[in-house]
Amino acid sequence: MHNKYSVINTPVHNVDGIAKVTGRATYTFDVQLPGMLYGKILRSPHPHAKILNIDATEALKLPGVKAVVSGKDTLGIKQGIWRRYKELCDEQVLPMDKVRYIGEPVAAVAAVTEEIAEQALDLIEVEYEVLDAVYEPFDAIKKGAPEVHEGIERNLNVTRHIEWGDVDEAFDDADYIREDWFKCGGQHHMCMETRACVSSYTPEKRLTVYASTQAPYYTQGLLAGVLGMREGDIRVIAPYVGGGFGGKFELDGAMFCSAVLSMKLFRPVKIVFTREEDLIASKRRTPMFYYVRTGVKKDGTFCARESRVFTNGGAYTGMGATALYLTGFFHSFPYKWRGYRYDGYRVYTNTMPSTSMRGFGAPQAMFCSEQQIDWIAADLGLDPIEVRRKNGHTPGYEVPGQAFIGSCGLDQSLDKIEEWIKSRGKLPANRAIGISAAGFMSGGIFNWFDTPYSFSSAVVTINEDGTVELHVGCQDIGQGSNTTMAIICAETLGVKVEDVKVHSGDTDHCPADLGAWGSRQTLMAGNATKMAAAEAKRQLLEFATAKMGPNIVYDLDIKDRWVHLVSRPEKGLDYTQVVKEALRGKEGQRIMGRGFYTPHRKGMISPAYSYMVQAVEAEIDEETGKIGVVNCVTAHDCGQPINPIGLIGQLEGAASMAVGYGYLEYMPFEDGKMMNPNLVDYKVIRAPEMPECEVIEIDTFEPEGPYGAKEAGEGLTNPTAAALGNAIFHATGLQMKECPILPEAVLNAFKEKREKEQEKKNA
Amino acid sequence: MEKHLIHITVNGHEYELYINPKTLLIEAIRDYIGLTGSKRGCETVSCGACTVIIEGMAVKGCSVLAMQADGLNVTTVEGLEQNGKLSAIQKAFLDEGAFQCGFCTSGMLMSAKAFLDENPNPTTHEIRDGIEGNICRCTGYNSIVRAMSSVAQGKYREE
Ligand code: FES
Ligand code: FES
Repeated sequence: MHNKYSVINTPVHNVDGIAKVTGRATYTFDVQLPGMLYGKILRSPHPHAKILNIDATEALKLPGVKAVVSGKDTLGIKQGIWRRYKELCDEQVLPMDKVRYIGEPVAAVAAVTEEIAEQALDLIEVEYEVLDAVYEPFDAIKKGAPEVHEGIERNLNVTRHIEWGDVDEAFDDADYIREDWFKCGGQHHMCMETRACVSSYTPEKRLTVYASTQAPYYTQGLLAGVLGMREGDIRVIAPYVGGGFGGKFELDGAMFCSAVLSMKLFRPVKIVFTREEDLIASKRRTPMFYYVRTGVKKDGTFCARESRVFTNGGAYTGMGATALYLTGFFHSFPYKWRGYRYDGYRVYTNTMPSTSMRGFGAPQAMFCSEQQIDWIAADLGLDPIEVRRKNGHTPGYEVPGQAFIGSCGLDQSLDKIEEWIKSRGKLPANRAIGISAAGFMSGGIFNWFDTPYSFSSAVVTINEDGTVELHVGCQDIGQGSNTTMAIICAETLGVKVEDVKVHSGDTDHCPADLGAWGSRQTLMAGNATKMAAAEAKRQLLEFATAKMGPNIVYDLDIKDRWVHLVSRPEKGLDYTQVVKEALRGKEGQRIMGRGFYTPHRKGMISPAYSYMVQAVEAEIDEETGKIGVVNCVTAHDCGQPINPIGLIGQLEGAASMAVGYGYLEYMPFEDGKMMNPNLVDYKVIRAPEMPECEVIEIDTFEPEGPYGAKEAGEGLTNPTAAALGNAIFHATGLQMKECPILPEAVLNAFKEKREKEQEKKNA
Repeated sequence: MEKHLIHITVNGHEYELYINPKTLLIEAIRDYIGLTGSKRGCETVSCGACTVIIEGMAVKGCSVLAMQADGLNVTTVEGLEQNGKLSAIQKAFLDEGAFQCGFCTSGMLMSAKAFLDENPNPTTHEIRDGIEGNICRCTGYNSIVRAMSSVAQGKYREE
């Protein structure tokens, strides 16, 4: 395809790449400040207990220990990222009187070495009164169950209702109705860099915080809230961040405890979670129980769907409230329903809190929806691809009362995947291909954080030699947003990527932005960047037009550092020269452009949606129940690709996480205790198990996105577990209703199937 | 505890360290010598973020004591680039986008380099097995495998 752009969709190196491959990139994990102390957190061994007394006398006697703090040393403010809704701000990071899950912080120590801080933990005496605990949503929702939060009846934290159309009438119209129950497990973000923070409070009454965060602005706002400070007196610096995946934009124990300790001691304090702490006390993907009832016509036309979801919310709300909404919305995706009804219940339990994770409730939704669609197709003798084609979203569709669909490449994606499946020919026994369609948002429209700032902003400043300073508030957590913004800025301004220096991850110097979550950066920060660069460019062209004096019907543009007439590109001026002279003309004022973006009138969810269809080819060993994924091919509509190297990386990375969710990443709990909190027992995909991941780009243009771009990377986590389930179904006939799909479950299902067949024979 | 004097050569420089005998090699490199390119991602020798090369062999820096490296040559990620020139494997990682957050990258590069030095003509299966000890949560490994293959195929042979 001809690329009409000079920078967009060309293979550009990651702008942080050389720092990363030379080991020069420093993370919060590496930050070292003069006079720095080391903090450690004492954690609750009980899933539910009253804190009667905390005695730190012995700990404070240990040489090298500088301070011990607990809830009573704090303001006791309950915080939550849903700042607008007081009742959802339910977490004291150091609780005053009660612990609600194993691993919850109880006290924190600062000492001259990490070792001494660790030893001091053993010397802190905590007196608990152990309370009855409850671990599963169906137990917690019963009358008379232990109350995780006093006065919250039946432990019901949040409920969500989504409905459109006449659901009952649409069901009446159906020829066939199927209902199923599913259980989707949790999953840990397992960022390679564990939670880490260095806080430094100084006599100016200012706090500087180095944090491994996806959203420096949120960290700043949340810290200000719990510390009783002004936002502007807190500077959050996010150096390189070692992964996020939806787990690092709430306030965490490392941030809060290091800040409290530093404010007490006026010295920098560093807290880094061990892997075990990270696994037991940094939240997880929300586990969900799903009831799905779907009604269709004989020919496969969808009529109605009704779903109920109970999520294991764990001890606190966090981002779980958003996950509850998004799972319900994306459970309808990417299809047209005459009637749709969803009821979600988020239930508190005495377990590690659950929250957002890459896909944000959608992988669970797809696991249930997309498998049930294949089973319905099989029940009715229909082709599963045809069923999807018949009911899929199309460009311009409106999800009633919810969303406007701009670009949508679902149809083309189905065609491409169908072709690919045909090209595979006949597969060996016990091997099959399953598919799943999916879509995702390009940034959320929600403002539960109640920010007065625009959702994204950017500032572009041009130096006299033509180099560009791009200040953005969006956060690079490895997904490559710095590179994407550099590309968009360079394209807009007509310069090269190496002319652009990206500044991000510092609330003192960068404009506010809601950060890296919900796939918002490419579209939202991208639009802000494009606007800022366009404004700076306008100022240059103003000057160049005056200088060149063309007929005013002619346009000027800049490309590859050449300021020229669009109709006669050979007529022009050198870009650097224009910058120099334009500066003089402006009395030396910098050429500077500002840009911002906040979605308006774009429905309830997102300004744009990505679409995809994925095929997973898997092998099932009937003897052992073991699953191997051979291929994972995705036809993907992300609008105009901006950064092709980054795009493939996002796709493959999402697949590795999603394949892991499908059959490997299991978080068993016993009496509220995670049973495998280390990387020996909590398994993630390693290189030998990783399938090949071909990607077929579907060409669309998203009018709402910068240069037609939209989400790419998070949504790709959505289809995989479902497609794997369908591959197993087509290979074996087994219907796997629990994910991750573990070998024991496969073996049990085989056994049950054999028994049923035997019964049939006998009968 | 009685401290010990050891000599380790890291990236060609000899360091004299006076350390607690229980100090891990990765701690010596990061905390005593101050080279923070190598990371840590676990306490169970499972992730490979701390991988360095000792006398040509990839070793997890959290699995050996600093004392065990006394008198030996250690290479860390900081030793790959020479006078501003990136090594072949670094260039290949850039070209293939074989990193995202970069936290596993230092260790991954060392495993990759040691593996390729040992196995100049590997199959992709062998490459995958060769980096099995290193977890990357971001990339899904395939870009790393491509980068290693292209080095093996001679794409970055000295100009
Ligand atoms: S730190 Fe994980 S293997 Fe060494
Ligand atoms: S690049 Fe993030 S863990 Fe490998």
